[in-house]
Amino acid sequence: MKIVIIKYNAGNIESVNNALIRLGVSAEITGDHKKIRTADKVIFPGVGEASTTMAYLKKEGLDLLIPELKQPVLGICLGLQLMCSHSEENDTPCLGIFEEKVKRFIPELGMEFVTKVPHMGWNNITNLKSDIFDPSLEGQYVYFVHSYYAAVGEHTAAIGNYINLFSAALHKDNFYATQFHPEKSGPVGARILENFLKL
Amino acid sequence: MISPNWGRNEETRALIVLVVFFKERNSFPFGEGWEGAFFMLAKRIIPCLDIKDGQTVKGINFLNIKSVGDPVELGAMYAEQGADELVFLDITATHEGRKTFVQLVKRIARELNIPFTVGGGISELKDADALLSAGADKISINSSAVRNPKLIDDLALNFGTQFVVVAIDAKNYDGRWTVTVNGGRIPTEKELFSWAKEAENRGAGEILFTSMDHDGTKNGFANKELAHMADMLKIPIIASGGAGNMDHFVDVFTEGKADAGLAASIFHYKEIAIPDLKNYLRMKGITIR
Repeated sequence: MKIVIIKYNAGNIESVNNALIRLGVSAEITGDHKKIRTADKVIFPGVGEASTTMAYLKKEGLDLLIPELKQPVLGICLGLQLMCSHSEENDTPCLGIFEEKVKRFIPELGMEFVTKVPHMGWNNITNLKSDIFDPSLEGQYVYFVHSYYAAVGEHTAAIGNYINLFSAALHKDNFYATQFHPEKSGPVGARILENFLKL
Repeated sequence: MISPNWGRNEETRALIVLVVFFKERNSFPFGEGWEGAFFMLAKRIIPCLDIKDGQTVKGINFLNIKSVGDPVELGAMYAEQGADELVFLDITATHEGRKTFVQLVKRIARELNIPFTVGGGISELKDADALLSAGADKISINSSAVRNPKLIDDLALNFGTQFVVVAIDAKNYDGRWTVTVNGGRIPTEKELFSWAKEAENRGAGEILFTSMDHDGTKNGFANKELAHMADMLKIPIIASGGAGNMDHFVDVFTEGKADAGLAASIFHYKEIAIPDLKNYLRMKGITIR
């Protein structure tokens, strides 16, 4: 099986590859269009800022390539947000694979002590609806680091709960995305990556 | 299962009971989203590994260092036992030692499936860059930030605030909480709380506060100071120094209002097993993964 991790100007791409190696597979980290198009699985990870990352994707023509991919694609963290239609982070139009919009967490007045932003740490996922999840994962804890979130919508595949409900995962056709980091989420995250690889 | 935090006032407790009641019966009557504020992130348990020349060590009050094993092996074991995060602090002073540490971080990143922070000897951007490229999720700066506070701004700007942990070692000198450097040996002009606030303003994503008065004593964390800090800051606080038994962790998450509890020797010397600690905290009503 050929797995490709899309290379772009985002942090922590290597850690996704490390997680795959722990599962006994490995991926090529590349920005090459042909390699991306012909891979069996594509992973679109990322930690960073939306507008500079979108600008980079445009420069490399990846903004047109990614939405047209036919094989299973997994977006992670910023990857999920960029797959949505629009992000409030520097008012950035995104790839539009999911119609959901990306908003900033606003702590409730008087609740700042329990609702710090970024949402960072272990929180649970519920209402799972996607083939990258299985029943054993309902309510399990996964690792999040984010200040922006995709609103709950038609393609929500897992619900997270922090300040308000948000999309902890999205799924539409061959496109999958998680707001949390499966590569940093212990055995639960490994299970999700395994499920994605089995698609 | 969602477990509420019992360390808060009676009114909040009553509300949480109500929310959990409806939530468990899947019939929440107040509209979706409202309950969000009442469910919190899990409190984190963080074992800390001090590294010297590639080996784990732990000092009692930062002196009399004893070796306790291979960091990668120890880290993976803690991850498997349910540690939520790990901190690796390089206490090697030499240039050669630093190169060894970057290699070690690469090995840690390949092995661990949970987030980890690395610190020790980071005084410029390129040090941090080398460690992040090696696979660290966050970096922790301490004395170098005291000497050059602008380092916090630079790191936050280049790598994002979530990458930057500012560690503060402080000691109470005649009622004034004073920031110390060089492993607690040298007091500085800085006062603990104003320095913590400044670090937050400059872009720290988290504060790791070690009370040098509590470190190594096993008499509990500096809960009063931690709570005061939590009331002042909007970023998460990792409490360090003083853990001796499981109740100390209960206290640090309730009285101390900490987001995470860090300890070293009690885990390394197997005085407390992480699964037992997490079960105990859960039993006490604290939100734990």
